[in-house]
Amino acid sequence: MRINCPYCGERDAQEFVYRGDAGPKRPDDEDGFFDYVYLRSNPAGPIAEHWYHAQGCRTWIAVRRDTVSHAMLGSAFARDDGA
Amino acid sequence: MSLKSKHDCHLPLFCPDRNRRAPLQMTRYSLLSLARNALSGQRHWRPVWRDAPPREGYDIVIIGGGGHGLATAYYLARVHGITRVAVLEKGWIGGGNAGRNTTIIRSNYMLPGNEPFYEWSMKLWEGLEQELNYNAMVSQRGVLNLCHSDAQRDAYARRGNAMRLHGADAELLDVDGVRRLAPFLDFENARFPILGGIHQPRGGTARHDAVVWGYARGASDRGVDIVQNCEVRGFLTDSAGAVVGVETSRGPIRAGKVAMAVAGNSSRVAAMADLRLPIESHVLQAFVSEALKPVIPGVITFGAGHFYISQSDKGGLVFGGDIDGYNSYAQRGNMPVVEDVCEGGMAIMPMIGRARLLRSWGGIADMTMDGSPIIDRSGIAGLYVNAGWCYGGFKATPASGWCFAHLLATDTPHETAADYRLDRFRTGHLIDEKGQGAQPNLH
Repeated sequence: MRINCPYCGERDAQEFVYRGDAGPKRPDDEDGFFDYVYLRSNPAGPIAEHWYHAQGCRTWIAVRRDTVSHAMLGSAFARDDGA
Repeated sequence: MSLKSKHDCHLPLFCPDRNRRAPLQMTRYSLLSLARNALSGQRHWRPVWRDAPPREGYDIVIIGGGGHGLATAYYLARVHGITRVAVLEKGWIGGGNAGRNTTIIRSNYMLPGNEPFYEWSMKLWEGLEQELNYNAMVSQRGVLNLCHSDAQRDAYARRGNAMRLHGADAELLDVDGVRRLAPFLDFENARFPILGGIHQPRGGTARHDAVVWGYARGASDRGVDIVQNCEVRGFLTDSAGAVVGVETSRGPIRAGKVAMAVAGNSSRVAAMADLRLPIESHVLQAFVSEALKPVIPGVITFGAGHFYISQSDKGGLVFGGDIDGYNSYAQRGNMPVVEDVCEGGMAIMPMIGRARLLRSWGGIADMTMDGSPIIDRSGIAGLYVNAGWCYGGFKATPASGWCFAHLLATDTPHETAADYRLDRFRTGHLIDEKGQGAQPNLH
């Protein structure tokens, strides 16, 4: 897999550290924490996820990727994505 | 030779007339039956399980015709006398993770929630072939985990003590002890010297396909319907929201209880019932080399990286390492992990560098948030969950079937699987062998 880093360009996925599903949002109160920490939609198909470009520009990237085909569908800085 | 014929005869390709031969009478395998078939040119072996069309309804419908689903059906029939059971498989039985694992069996866990379960599984493995009258090629050739630091040796001593307290076998080996078992290892590796290891002599390997076929034969013979090419597409519910059956590619099937055993795809099936699970799907790659003369005595694992290897009876070196680490349903992985696994292998046994890789493949593992499985009610009436086997489902096959059948038949958890609750993530009773926290790709 190759990931298109918005700063560095397309790089081998080996340069990145995987954080996981970008979907869950940190809740404001305690009630939502179980869902946030433990439950995942785990889709077969497009997923939004966080990768960290550890061996590059060291920024967090929000990547859209297909989990069935591993096709890259787009990427942005995580901060711009609001993720 | 006769063994091979016995196995081949239930591959659908070889048995175009299987459906016309009903009802099936199970032939008991014995020395006499082998001799009789050898003398008659191996032409009279019969299919050993029925490829059944689905009926209108069953007491219990099991989704997933892998090892766990078929073992569940077998023990429902054999232990609990429940035979109005169907196993629904979207492809062919054993065509998913049951055919993609590295066939290792062991019970070298540490935590109280895990070790009694895996030791129960080990005991069932030890009697499996007599129980099923089927050659599953269970081979207790030993599992050796190497250690490369003092801290790791301390951790292994603790784990070995935990195993022995739960009735399993474990011996802590010093470097001479390891040398006696596997003299070919690179003991003087500058970065990862081998200081010793923990050995479980009762661990080993089994033939994955034969496990599936053996359970299928035992279940089918007791009246269980094995329905292939039957994909579940939704759940039938009553007005109260209870699950009362499944919608499939071969029509609706009603059921008293519906049991999921679809590890790898648990989230997808659960989503049809609006259930979210504490699971991510990840790809685990495995590899096999060309066939070599016997060289690896048992199962050996590298403790400083992540690499494990055994040698199949056919001679291929079967090995693997870490999951790729990103969510995937692709059943194939990427090159960085191929490289990492091969580096791990070369670090402990440089001799395998001369062997050529024959093939590699990927299987999809249900990675849970604590690295341990789930055998429980779903919270929805009528729906039961067997999921989250991470990359360790094969060794669990007999006990998973036994405990899931117990839960389905009695509505109470089996004592060895009582901690595999779905709500443990909410209540904080996690079973986290590696202490990694809620990060599935690190377990």
